[in-house]
Amino acid sequence: MSMPATQMSRQQDPAHPLYVRITHWINAVAVFIMLTSGWQIYNAAPLFPFAFPASLTLGGWLAGGLLWHFAGMWLFVANGLVYLVLGTGKAHFRRKFLPIRAREVGRDLRAALTGRLSHDDLATYNAVQKLCYLGVLVAGLVIVASGLALWKPVQLQELAALFGGYEGARLVHFFAMASIVLFLLVHVLMAMIVPRSLRAMILGR
Amino acid sequence: MRQARKPVAGVDPKLLVRDAARLLPDPSRRLFLRQVGSLGALAMLTGCDITDAPSSERALRKISEFNDWVQARLFNPNRLAPTYPDGAVTRPFPFNAYYAETEAPDVDEERYRLIIDGRVANKQPWTLEALLALPQETQITRLVCVEGWSAIGKWTGVRLMSFLERIGADLNAKYVHFVCAEGYSSSIDMPTALHPQTQMTLAFDGQPLPTRLGFPLRIRIPTKLGFKNPKHVIGLTVLNNYTGGYWEDQGYNWFSGL
Repeated sequence: MSMPATQMSRQQDPAHPLYVRITHWINAVAVFIMLTSGWQIYNAAPLFPFAFPASLTLGGWLAGGLLWHFAGMWLFVANGLVYLVLGTGKAHFRRKFLPIRAREVGRDLRAALTGRLSHDDLATYNAVQKLCYLGVLVAGLVIVASGLALWKPVQLQELAALFGGYEGARLVHFFAMASIVLFLLVHVLMAMIVPRSLRAMILGR
Repeated sequence: MRQARKPVAGVDPKLLVRDAARLLPDPSRRLFLRQVGSLGALAMLTGCDITDAPSSERALRKISEFNDWVQARLFNPNRLAPTYPDGAVTRPFPFNAYYAETEAPDVDEERYRLIIDGRVANKQPWTLEALLALPQETQITRLVCVEGWSAIGKWTGVRLMSFLERIGADLNAKYVHFVCAEGYSSSIDMPTALHPQTQMTLAFDGQPLPTRLGFPLRIRIPTKLGFKNPKHVIGLTVLNNYTGGYWEDQGYNWFSGL
C-alpha cells in the first residue's frame, strides 16, 4: 500500500489493471442499487408467486424504488461503457476470457468441485472463470437491452419485439437478473474462499 | 427545463375542482370530498413534502427531472404505439387505482360537464352528449402500468389534438393539465397531447366507458404509463406552468413516457 508508484511500476504487471479495479467497484455499487431497487419494483406486481423480502429492497415503496432504479441505470450503463470500451481497446476480453474450450471447462469444474483447482496466478483465469465472467458480461448486456425495451416499449418497439414485446422483455429482464444474482453468489463465495483475489481486485496484486 | 412548482396563473385547480364538484350529483360530491379529506390525512401521516425531504430524495428527484428531459427528447411525435387485433384485448380489463373499485366515483351523465380553462379561446363547458357527437376513433393498444403489469384495451373516443384545435387551445403552450371527479390529477407535455393516438376515451370494447375504467371520460395515452391516463376527467386546462399531479407529486417520474 505504501509502496511508491515508481517502485510499483518496476514490478510485474498487476493481476488487474487500474481501470478494471475502479470500474469493478463502481459496478458493485451500481449493481447493488439496481438489484435492490429492481426487487422493490418487482414486488409492486410480482411476475411469479413470490415477493422479495422488504428488507432487501431499496426506496421504501414503488416510487422510491423507481427513482433509485432510473438513477442507478445511468451509473450502471456509463460505468459499463467505460469498461467495455477500455476492455475492447486493450484486448482485455480476448486475452482474459478467450478461448473457452468445453473440455477445459469440464476439467476445471471437476477440479473446482473437488477443491483441487489452483488459484496461484490471479492474473490468469481458469476455464470456469472465463465462462462465468463472459457469461455475466452477456447477462449485463441482455439486462440493459431488455431494460431499455421495458422503459421505452413504444419508442424502442423494434428492440422490444426482439424480446417478444413488453411482456417478453419483462421475463427476459427477470431471468437476466436471476443469472446475475446466481453469478454473484458464487463470485462472493469464491472471494471469501480465496481472500487474495479480493486483495488483488483492490490493490492490483 | 420546467418551471418550479408555482400556483397556476389564471386558474386555481382547487377552485376548478370545486366548481366541477358542484356540477356532480350529491353522492359523488360527498365521495369526492371524502377523498380529499383522506388525501389530506395521508399527506400528514407520510409528511410527504418536497421541501423537507432528505437530501438523497432531493438528489433522486433532480435525476428524475433530468430523466424527464431525456424522455422528452426520445419522444418521437410520429412514432405510433403498436396496435393489436381484437382477439388480443384483455377481458376483463384490470382495475387499478389508489382507491377500491367500489369507491370509483359514480358521475351523473346528465349533470356531467367537462370544464375547459387556461390558454383556450372557447371555454364553453362540454356535455357528454356534445363530446359523443364529435368524430370518434378506435384503437387497440397496450396499457403499461407503473407497477409493471400490462393489459390490452380497445378504446374509442375523440382525438385530443382535434379537440384542442376545436376549442382554440394555444398549441404552443407547454402543458395540458387534467382534473378528475375523485380528486385525482395529472399533467402532460403538449407534444404528447398532440400525438395522434392520444385520445379522450368515451367507450371501452364497444360499450360506454364503465365506471371502473373512468366513466364518462378518460384520457388514454398509449405513449405513457397508465397513471398518466386519468379517469373520470372533469377539467382540462392548457397552460405554461408545471402542475405535476397526484402521483407525480409523490415521486413518480413526471414524463413517464413509453
